[in-house]
Order: sequence, then C-alpha cells, then structure tokens
Amino acid sequence: MSTVEHEVAQTPTERAAVVNDFTIMVGTKNGSGSQTANATILRALFKMGLPVSGKNLFPSNIQGLPTWYSVRVSADGWIARRDSAELTIAMNQTTAVEDLARLAPGGAFLYPDDTKMALSRTDVIYYPMPVKKLSQAADVDPKLKSYIANMVYVGVLSWLLTIDLADIESALAWQFRNKTKAVATNMAVVNAAYEWAGLNLKKTDPYRVERLPESKTEGMIMVDGNMAAALGSVYGGVTFVAWYPITPATSLADGLNEYLPRLRTDAETGKPTYAIVQSEDELAALGMVLGAGWAGARAMTSTSGPGISLMAEFSGLGYFAEIPAVIWDVTRMGPSTGLPTRVSQGDLLKLYFLGHGDTKQVVLMPGDVYECFEFGWKSFDIAERLQTPVFVASDLDIGMNQWMSKPFDYPDMPLDRGKVLNAADLERLGGFARYKDVDGDGIGYRTLPGTDHPLAAYFARGTGHNEKASYSERPDDWVRNLERLDRKHETARKICPQPVVDEVEGAEIGIIGYGSATPAIDEARAILAKKGVKTSFLRPRALPLAESVNEFVARHKRVYVVELSQHAQLCDLVRLEMPEMAAKVLPLNLCDGLPLTARWVSESLLAREH
Amino acid sequence: MPPLPSMPPPAAAKPAVNAIGLGKTDYKGLESTLCNGCGHDAISASIIEACYEYGIQPEKLIKLSGIGCSSKSPAYFLNRSHAFNTLHGRMPSVATGALMANHLVNAVAVSGDGDTGSIGLSQFKNVVRRNVEMVYIIENNGVYGLTKGQFSATADLGQELKHQPRPNEMPPIDLCLEAIISDCGFVARSFAGDPKQVRMLIKAAFAHRGTAILDIISPCVTFNNKDDSSKSYAWGRSHGEVVNDFTFVLPREQITVDYKEGETREVTMHDGGSIMLQKLDSGKHDPTDRAAAIRLLEDARLKQRFVTGLIYLDQSRPSLAEVERLGDVPLSLLPEAKTRPARATLDKLMASMK
Repeated sequence: MSTVEHEVAQTPTERAAVVNDFTIMVGTKNGSGSQTANATILRALFKMGLPVSGKNLFPSNIQGLPTWYSVRVSADGWIARRDSAELTIAMNQTTAVEDLARLAPGGAFLYPDDTKMALSRTDVIYYPMPVKKLSQAADVDPKLKSYIANMVYVGVLSWLLTIDLADIESALAWQFRNKTKAVATNMAVVNAAYEWAGLNLKKTDPYRVERLPESKTEGMIMVDGNMAAALGSVYGGVTFVAWYPITPATSLADGLNEYLPRLRTDAETGKPTYAIVQSEDELAALGMVLGAGWAGARAMTSTSGPGISLMAEFSGLGYFAEIPAVIWDVTRMGPSTGLPTRVSQGDLLKLYFLGHGDTKQVVLMPGDVYECFEFGWKSFDIAERLQTPVFVASDLDIGMNQWMSKPFDYPDMPLDRGKVLNAADLERLGGFARYKDVDGDGIGYRTLPGTDHPLAAYFARGTGHNEKASYSERPDDWVRNLERLDRKHETARKICPQPVVDEVEGAEIGIIGYGSATPAIDEARAILAKKGVKTSFLRPRALPLAESVNEFVARHKRVYVVELSQHAQLCDLVRLEMPEMAAKVLPLNLCDGLPLTARWVSESLLAREH
Repeated sequence: MPPLPSMPPPAAAKPAVNAIGLGKTDYKGLESTLCNGCGHDAISASIIEACYEYGIQPEKLIKLSGIGCSSKSPAYFLNRSHAFNTLHGRMPSVATGALMANHLVNAVAVSGDGDTGSIGLSQFKNVVRRNVEMVYIIENNGVYGLTKGQFSATADLGQELKHQPRPNEMPPIDLCLEAIISDCGFVARSFAGDPKQVRMLIKAAFAHRGTAILDIISPCVTFNNKDDSSKSYAWGRSHGEVVNDFTFVLPREQITVDYKEGETREVTMHDGGSIMLQKLDSGKHDPTDRAAAIRLLEDARLKQRFVTGLIYLDQSRPSLAEVERLGDVPLSLLPEAKTRPARATLDKLMASMK
C-alpha cells in the first residue's frame, strides 16, 4: 500500500489549520520501550513553550499487553484528559483496528507500513511509516532495534506537526541524562524518519504546532507527583522510610532512593542522615514507621489501597498512642486487587476512618505535583505538631503521570518538631503527664526514648490509659481521653491546609472536588461559563474538612461534588459534616478507571441541572 | 536442680549500687498483675537483675512488646525506661523503626509463643534476618493465656488442654531452630525456673551486636502446667539438660577474672566483654558450630529432650544499624541543618526539571 493511493482516495476537503490544540494517542505494547519516545514528544512540546499533559494508560503487566499514551497540547493551558484523539500512532497491531475506530473524524492515523489491517475509515487521513526499514538501518545493538523503532514515529510526527528537531534533541538529552551516545543513536533514527517523511508523505491533516510569541511554559518544570512527593519529603527532613513495593506507589519510594543519597549524605561524616528499609509487607512498614516516629524520627511510608488495608490496625494504634507518621496513599482502583494501574479516589473514607473503634484520621489531599512537594514536607510538621498519623491521598494520575508545574518553592518555615520535652524541660517542670491537655488544643507533651532524665519515660500503648499513660479501664479516664482526641481533631481542622476557593459573583452552583479531579473541573467550568452557567469551585485540601466548606455550601443553591468514586465518598462526607444542608449537596461521580474529562464533568452537570 | 522461680536471688551478696551508681530499686517496675507463680514474673526479675549487673542506664533502654500475657510484663520492670506495648505479633517491626530512629539505645523486647510463633512469625523471621540489635525474649508457655487456654504454635503434638475440644493436632514450631535458619547470631534456650542461667544469657545477649533470641520456657500455672506438658515447671525441672556452661564477663571485669588455661574458651563480644565457654571436650555443645546447633535441636526434638544454654553464637553479621551506616548521632536527634538540604540544591534540581 503506498502513501499516494491513500491520499488520493481520502484527502478530505481543505480544512483550516488546527494549531496547538489537539491530542495525540500512541498505542503500543507494554514493555516495548515506547515510554522514552512518548516522553520525548511531551518534553519537546513543553520546551517549545506549549502547555502539555501526558497520560500513560497502562495494563497490569510487564510485557506484551496493550498500553496507550496520550499527549494533549493546549495553548489555553488545559491539562485534563480528553476522551478523543486527533492523531493516533498505532504501533500495536493488536489494537490497531480499535485505535482506528476511536480516532476523531478527520484525524490522522500513523501506522507501521507492515501493519495487517483494513484501512476501513474514509473520514481520516492515513500515514504509513517504514518503521522496520528505518530501525533496521539504525546503528545500534540488534537487541535494541525494537526499542529504537519508536523513534521512527517521533521523527514522522515531528515532520507532520512541525516540531522543532532541536527541541526533540534537547528532550532526548534530558531523557538520557546527557548520555551523548544514546542521544546520538536515537536522534539519528528521528532524523532519518523526519527526512523520509519530508520526501514521501504529503501532509493533508490540519494539525500542527507553532511556537507561541510568548512561551507558556517558560520557567516551568515537568515532573510526576510521586517524584515531587519524594522530593518534598527529602526537604521535609524525613529520616526514616519503610515501604513495600506496590503499584502505583513504588516510584515514590524509588524517588526517595534516588534523592536521599544525593541530597542527604552528611558532608562532614559521609554518613546518611536517613535510613530506608524495604519491609516484608505494608503492615510491617507502618509498624516500623510508628516505631521510628515514637522514637523521634520523621518517618514515612508510601503505599496504595491494599497496603492501606494492611495498615489498618497500626493506624488505630498510631491514632490512639498518638504517634506522628506520614503515610502516602497513591490511590488506585479497588475493590480488592481491582485495577492496579488505573486511577480512583475510592480510598478517601477508609483513610479518614482507618482503624477500629472510633478513629478519625488526618488526611491531606494534594491537587497537583506542586502540592505533592509542598505536602511532602508539610505533612511531617503537621504529624509532629498533632502527634498523629497523617495520610496523604494522592492517586495514580497525579503520582505517575508527568505534569507541568511552577517550580517548587523552598519550605517557608523551619521544621515544626511539635511538643517535645527534653531533659532540661523535665528538670524545670519536675515531670510531665504524657496525655494531659496543657494547652487546650488536645495535644499533650511527649518525650523521646533515650532522654536522659529519670522522669522522661512513659508507656506508649494501644490499651486504655490515663493522662499519665498508665493503664486504665476507668470510664472517666476513657471518656476524657477520647474527648481530648476529638479536641485534637478540631485543632487539625484549623492547622491543615485550607481549601482553595474560586467564588464567582452571582453563581448559584457550587462545585467541590479535589486531587486529580481538579484539571477536569477547571476546564469544565470554562466550558460551562461559555454556555452562561456560572459556577464557583472549592477544592478541599485536607480532612477534617475546614469550616469554610460549610460556608461555601451555605452560599450556593446547589453544590456538586465531583469525584472518581463509585460511592461518591467525598459527597457523603460533606453531607455528614453538614446534615442540615445535605439535600443540596449532590454527587457527580464516575468510577471507570480513567482520569475525568472536562466533557464528562460539564455534560453531566448540565444534565443534572435540566 | 534449679530453684523455684519465686525464690529471690540472694541480695546480701550484692553491693548496694552497681557500676553506674544505681541501686536495684532504680530498675524496678510496677507490681505484676499476672497470675501468682507465672514464669513471666521470674523472667522480669531476671531482666532487672541482668540490667542492674550489666550497669545499663534505664533511660538508655527501650522496652517493647506485642500483645499477650508476656507482652504485659514490660510494665513490671525498669519503670525509668520508655516502653511501647504494640500490636499482637508486630513488636519486631516497631522495634526495627525505633532502633533505626535511635540506634544508640539498648532494647529489651518481650514476646510470647503466640505473639512470635503464630501471628508474628513473619515479623520474627524478618527482624532476625535484618539483625536489628535487641534482646528478644520469648516467654514460651505453649498456650494463649489472656484468651483462656488455646494452643499456640509451640504447643506439644497430642497435648491436651482443659478448654480445648481435641488434643493438639499440629507439631510445634521450634523458635530457636527458626532463628538459626534465619541467620540469627545469638540463639539461646532457657527455663524460667533457672534464673541464674536466664540472667547470664540476658547479659551476654546485651553484648551481642544484633538480634539475640532467648526462647525461655515460662510455665503458665493457670492453663498449661500439667506435669506431662513440656512447658510445665515439673517438666523443666526433671528434663532440663544444660548443654554448655558459660560465664559472661563484662568488659570492666576482665582484669579481675582469672580462668585457668585449657579449661575455658573465650569468645570476645562486640562490647568488649567475653563469653567464657566451659571446655568442650566433655561432650558439651559448641555454640559456634551452626551445624552442631541445628543437630542438637533436631535431636532434642526427636528425643523430647529439653536442652538449655547458648545454642548458637555467630558475631560475624553486621547489625541493621551497621548496614544502614548510621552515624554517631541518632537519626531522631539530627538538627534541621542536617536533615533539610540547602535552598541552592532545590534551585539546581528545579533547573534540571525544566
């Protein structure tokens, strides 16, 4: 099949150019090495000054199953997932037919020229690529030929979209960490494909990129949420990490393993100022973290839903024995093993109530990679201030995908180590009562094991205890203790990150949403505004919910809670917190394993309004 | 024959204060709430004696336990030490974290046969594998006490218990054997009714840099003390077979102790102290021989022998703190200047992500 035949047959009527606003979908096989190619395209566009977002839709598999990568370019800066693509690169024979069927009308379909499939649609444009020929000609180890084949579509796409090859090369250099040889061999294939496309293809699709007069990505960084969280933790002074491998949280621990040795080796002694232990399971991971937190370390772990379940008993212990800890939940889709490589916000209520008996935990909810970094360090301050486990509810979409961000700001306050008494304090005070509410904020004073004073010791336990940490089954001790813990929860409500609110004059509709739902909500609000529907938006950033959430709900006629959860968990929680207004708090929830789209949010909201 | 556990050791022979100037009352705990005659109380008394004699500063020691009768006992010794009564079977992970945060404190962990051998077997094996430096005492009575008399993982095969509908159908787990095959460097078995041996073993365990496992048969007078139970006082007294005699000599005692050449073998411990092993040519067990240690336990299992003493000693493995290359200051006490990298490092990182 030659290119010309298709063009003759299918060239649509002349269309206006579509510049800097489309989505590219790459269909590949898991483990085929396409990640480098996709990340290169993403970063090259980013380096051209164009707002981009990349999403990896991958299976729970090491090698062979279908995987897709979408790159969205949006001059307006929208970064939510889109449910259609204007350009498809079908590198996986198995899904090529399906990929073709899903391509937007008028879209471009790029495929290896040896693909065996019927080019059945007449409303799209076909571009075959000589993938085998060009990759066979590449000057690399034969074992790497199938990997480098992906550079063919980088070259062809660059020609089609007019991506500057200098930006491709600089993205490759970033990708290969300036390893000259790797950059050169990959670039040679890109160049060959670009040249081949120029000689053999005729561009008839309308999509292209253009450098903007003023860069929209100048000064910005691009990074995934797990790496951001790891870095935030490093700058938060984490000293102990225990973890167990689990998708999609593993790369957070990988980030710690990468950055701690680089940034936290004592210049004077050459010794690490941290310890990382890979535990035998998540249960042991949180046990270690609580042990370390009790003994005064800034201790953390990272996991996902199944690990959170295993941590339930220790979470209750941490809450009741009042031990600081930071636990990242990079949420994936459940119930059970569920869809381990798909996103969800379905752990929220479990985190909030994790433990048996009357337990209420503190949960931080970062909305983007910037907040992953910020909450990375802040979570330790909050945990040590409140002397309690602090959960951070990130998710697979934020955690594992690449996002643009303003550069992370250095922490603007010194470490808050909370209420810790040392030997001199004990001498001055003549002792202490571990669980006494001296300051009225529900938080007692603690001492660290090893404190050199005969009155320093106390007995940490999950059993009933009085103010002096002595075993007690007395009803009055029990009631006093739980009431104090509730007071502490109210303190948490005040000191945790407060909601981000965008209130629009005259808007009757309020939207509440958090975490990775944010980009779709932002874009949906713009779509709705164009249709004359005004909305306000509140993004909670912590549980317990701030008081301002009540006020926001009170000020709006209807409030939609947008989230990726089958049971609309945040909606339930908002209703629970303000029962008198529950009737006007409405769920707008979806649970299909994919990040929300602005189209779904805006259309679903309108449908509910009519 | 070893004395009964309730017999206090002769007090008059001891000085009023130890090497760091503390009296024995500085090591005391709360009054026990365990049953009268419980083996665990005898072990608590031995812990107090050992800490006193070793000269351990209570503030520089942490006590850890899981859940169960045994795990209550840290309340009954060393009031001046921080303690953490954790979850059932999960003490090893908490200990690991605590001793990473502060690797300069001593640790005494108390667990039971259910806590360690049943619910906690994975954490037990993994803490030993990691070689976290701690004295890990298993108060082994073969039965769940707090829940009123169920079989634990160390109960004898075919054993009958009052509250159990059927005789025990499962073979017991040998926790010493489990420890050895997980590369534990200090494995001992003892009997709560032999406080002298228990005390000596605890002191030697303090000198070991790594996890020291002490599996101490500690009779449950309420649920499992029938004469034919291998966890009873009667069985311990009549079947107890000391496989080797040794004396632990503290570093400061070295100069005052004089052993005749040829009668003892000295093994120097990491703290500078020594284990003086009785000469082994009299058929006694050599604890530095791993294969012999496994054979000894296997033989004891087959012949229902109750062997006590130092079963295995290997000081070659580094502790977890050494593997992690921890420095002179505990992680928990590092100042902000050491734990928050400078602003310039973040600027550089941000530039690299553009």
